[in-house]
Amino acid sequence: MGSLLELRGVDARYGQVQVLRGVSLTVGEGEIVAILGANGAGKTTTLRAISGTVRRSGTLELDGKSLGRRGPESTARLGVAHVPEGRGTFVELTVWENLRLGAHVRRGSLRDDFKRVLEYFPWLEQRRAQQAGTLSGGEQQMLALARAVMQRPRLLLLDEPSLGLAPLVTAEIFRIVRELNEREGTAVLIVEQNARTSLATAARAYVLEVGQVAFEGTSDELSSRDTIRRSYLGY
Amino acid sequence: MKLTKPSLFGVAVAVVVAVAIALLPLTMSDYHDSTGADVAVFFIAILALNIVTGYTGQISIGHGAFMAVGGYTTAILTHNHGWNDLATLPLAALVGFAFGVLVGLPALRFHGVYLALTTFAVALAVPQVAKNYPKFTGGTEGLALPTHSGVWLYRTTWIVAGIVFVLAWLLLRGRTGRAFRSVRDSEIAASSSGVTLSLYKTLAFGVSAAFAGVAGSLYVLVNNFVNPDVFGLTLSLYILIGAVVGGLGSLWGVLVGAAFVQLLPIGLTTTHISSSQSVPVIFGAVVIAVMALLPLGAANLLGTFLHFGSQMGQSSDVPLGTEGR
Amino acid sequence: MATASLTQRGTAFRPTTSWIVPALIAVGCVFLVIGSLRSSLFAQQTISGLANGGIYASLAVALVLIYRATEVINFAQGALATFTTYVAWQLIDWGLTYWLAFVCTLGIAFVGGFLVQLVAIRPVERRGNQLTVVIASIGLLILVEGLVGWIWGNEIKFMPAPFPSHIYRVGGVSFSRQDIATIAISIASVVLLRLLFQFTKLGLAMRASAVRPDAARLVGIRVSWMLSLGWGLAAVLGAVAGMMAAASPSVLLQPSMMDGILIYAFAAAVLGGLESAAGAVIGALAIGVTLNLLGAYVSWVTPQLLLPAAFVLMLVVLLVKPSGLFGRTRVRRV
Repeated sequence: MGSLLELRGVDARYGQVQVLRGVSLTVGEGEIVAILGANGAGKTTTLRAISGTVRRSGTLELDGKSLGRRGPESTARLGVAHVPEGRGTFVELTVWENLRLGAHVRRGSLRDDFKRVLEYFPWLEQRRAQQAGTLSGGEQQMLALARAVMQRPRLLLLDEPSLGLAPLVTAEIFRIVRELNEREGTAVLIVEQNARTSLATAARAYVLEVGQVAFEGTSDELSSRDTIRRSYLGY
Repeated sequence: MKLTKPSLFGVAVAVVVAVAIALLPLTMSDYHDSTGADVAVFFIAILALNIVTGYTGQISIGHGAFMAVGGYTTAILTHNHGWNDLATLPLAALVGFAFGVLVGLPALRFHGVYLALTTFAVALAVPQVAKNYPKFTGGTEGLALPTHSGVWLYRTTWIVAGIVFVLAWLLLRGRTGRAFRSVRDSEIAASSSGVTLSLYKTLAFGVSAAFAGVAGSLYVLVNNFVNPDVFGLTLSLYILIGAVVGGLGSLWGVLVGAAFVQLLPIGLTTTHISSSQSVPVIFGAVVIAVMALLPLGAANLLGTFLHFGSQMGQSSDVPLGTEGR
Repeated sequence: MATASLTQRGTAFRPTTSWIVPALIAVGCVFLVIGSLRSSLFAQQTISGLANGGIYASLAVALVLIYRATEVINFAQGALATFTTYVAWQLIDWGLTYWLAFVCTLGIAFVGGFLVQLVAIRPVERRGNQLTVVIASIGLLILVEGLVGWIWGNEIKFMPAPFPSHIYRVGGVSFSRQDIATIAISIASVVLLRLLFQFTKLGLAMRASAVRPDAARLVGIRVSWMLSLGWGLAAVLGAVAGMMAAASPSVLLQPSMMDGILIYAFAAAVLGGLESAAGAVIGALAIGVTLNLLGAYVSWVTPQLLLPAAFVLMLVVLLVKPSGLFGRTRVRRV
């Protein structure tokens, strides 16, 4: 089975500081994969390397095609939706405008896309004219997800979706992610500090440490090994 | 200029430059002498701008107005009241200082762009005010002043320039200078470490305007007349160009900038490379090029060579203002 | 994560819910209407003040456009407008009709603005920050004004008027067709722009690029092209301002033509809060009318003092409300 996304020996740096050292990972078609690790391990940077938001070197391939020196604009056109840390919501614009922007790369009628999005997030309908900045944290996170759904991506990159959210809201978000994955077949790469919830949702996971992959395996493997759980995953 | 102990090499270069400046008139005609005096005037004006923009990070596109205040003080006292022209210099500095504080106080409320706009408007407004009260200022026709020989002008202006340079150096190397730079780098950090922001920011404007006022006085002497258009928008812009091309925050850059602004147009016209009409086009193009290629100005190159460390003390490439996008 | 800037864009602002400003505007309008009904001189000054305001409004919206996208004030906006006006003059001199030249000029302005951003501003933005771009725009100002003088000379030129000087008389008040046309064209151009931004996909992409360039890139928007487009549109607005100014009897076609108007446009934009096009338009109309009335009724306000008066006005408003009448108070984050 060919992977949808493949990284081999990827380095990334911010100015003089090297953050990723030879990271290799794969995400298969329709798979949910998690990236775990402590603060500063390079999890967010990995996602940024994929979407082209940070300068990187090494091999990055989407469906066999090299991502080369592409920036985020062109990576988005290839079918990668990146929901960044902080959600990247256009707070000054309305909910509806945010959704519209999510579909920027798509051509043709968006009516079906709006319908689909409302199936996942029916509450968005009443709020369409509301300024996005006035939504709660959890609502903004869901709006960000909804925006990504509008894009009809093949690969969804989620950066710390549970950050700052209550456990109930987090659970809801992960439920929607699973539903997305099952219904649309979207592959998902989640970066999280909340290891327990991620391992419950993802099929496989990578544990990063100081910019390198320290461990990888299926969620069952990782959560069953006590040493890993306690040292790296915090529970 | 990072005002640490200057290297021996740097001091040697400074002495050589000073001697060269002192000896130059012997080789030049009277006309060229007064051009050299113009360079000195711009040196002082650009130095003045540097204090407020390069060191405290407050943008001013209106230094022509400060020059106007000093220049008209000298002109009015000399023409209407018969003062000796040189004697008016200290008074011009004082008046400049007062005006600078006057501008600096409301400027405390403005930042970045708003300050730039305000100073831009001041630069345009002051000549208009001068035109409006011809009884004092001679209106559009202006006032005439006694002439001096080129050599006298050259020596006087460069001596004053030297005095101003030393004063500025002494001011900037000490506590005040550090306070100024801390204001530029981070206002919030500065005030939380005990630097009274309003005091230092206003002081910077005052000192800067005082120096600019002196420059204005000298400018009026060199040209031996004054009218509102002399201190128009173009002057303010050219001072800014000189500061920027030379490198903000660098005292050596000031010399480079002054030379550039005064001598380039003359060089172009006398060697017939192009007509005088093309001067602003070339200036504009150079400014854009410098901003694109060498945002820290020419002094950045010089400074590293001279070990004076003309960098602003920041490690990043970004020249001014910590507000990125 | 990039180091946080002192003023984080798009975060933490309080929208102006104050009723004071709309109330002031209402009072102002009532004052103007009553005055106009009582004195024909007042009415005339008001109308021509509105016409002047229309010119300032076009330029002010151009400034706001670029400021919203890049937090940079384009000091060269007036000079670019002067350049395009000269281009129009040249086209007319070569034989085109006024309106054909007008339309061609708008197209040329768009392309010109686009190219200027591409060639002169983008390289500066890449390595510098807002301040370096502002300084570059000052360099551009000097360059373009110099270019106009170089190509066409400094002597005053004559620009044919678009409308034969037709005077309308309503109840003892006379105002020219030109004034009405200026008001109409200025308002129309601003409204069209507003429609573009609110209702088109491109307009939305431009707005998104202005408020959140990083997030915009992630959804696939080519942000740098949006910026160039913004400059192109701003240049078109500037061209409109320039043409209307040249048609005005009090403005002469010379290289420094737009210098004073630029200040009024700045004042208008600042009054409007620098981020609100509607605010800039209202500010511009207010400035136009106020200055005209001041000049007509207050004896010591000579023509030379109008510019300083506008400056003082701007200063006073900023001191009271630093974010402008319609601006949003920015919270500075540590």
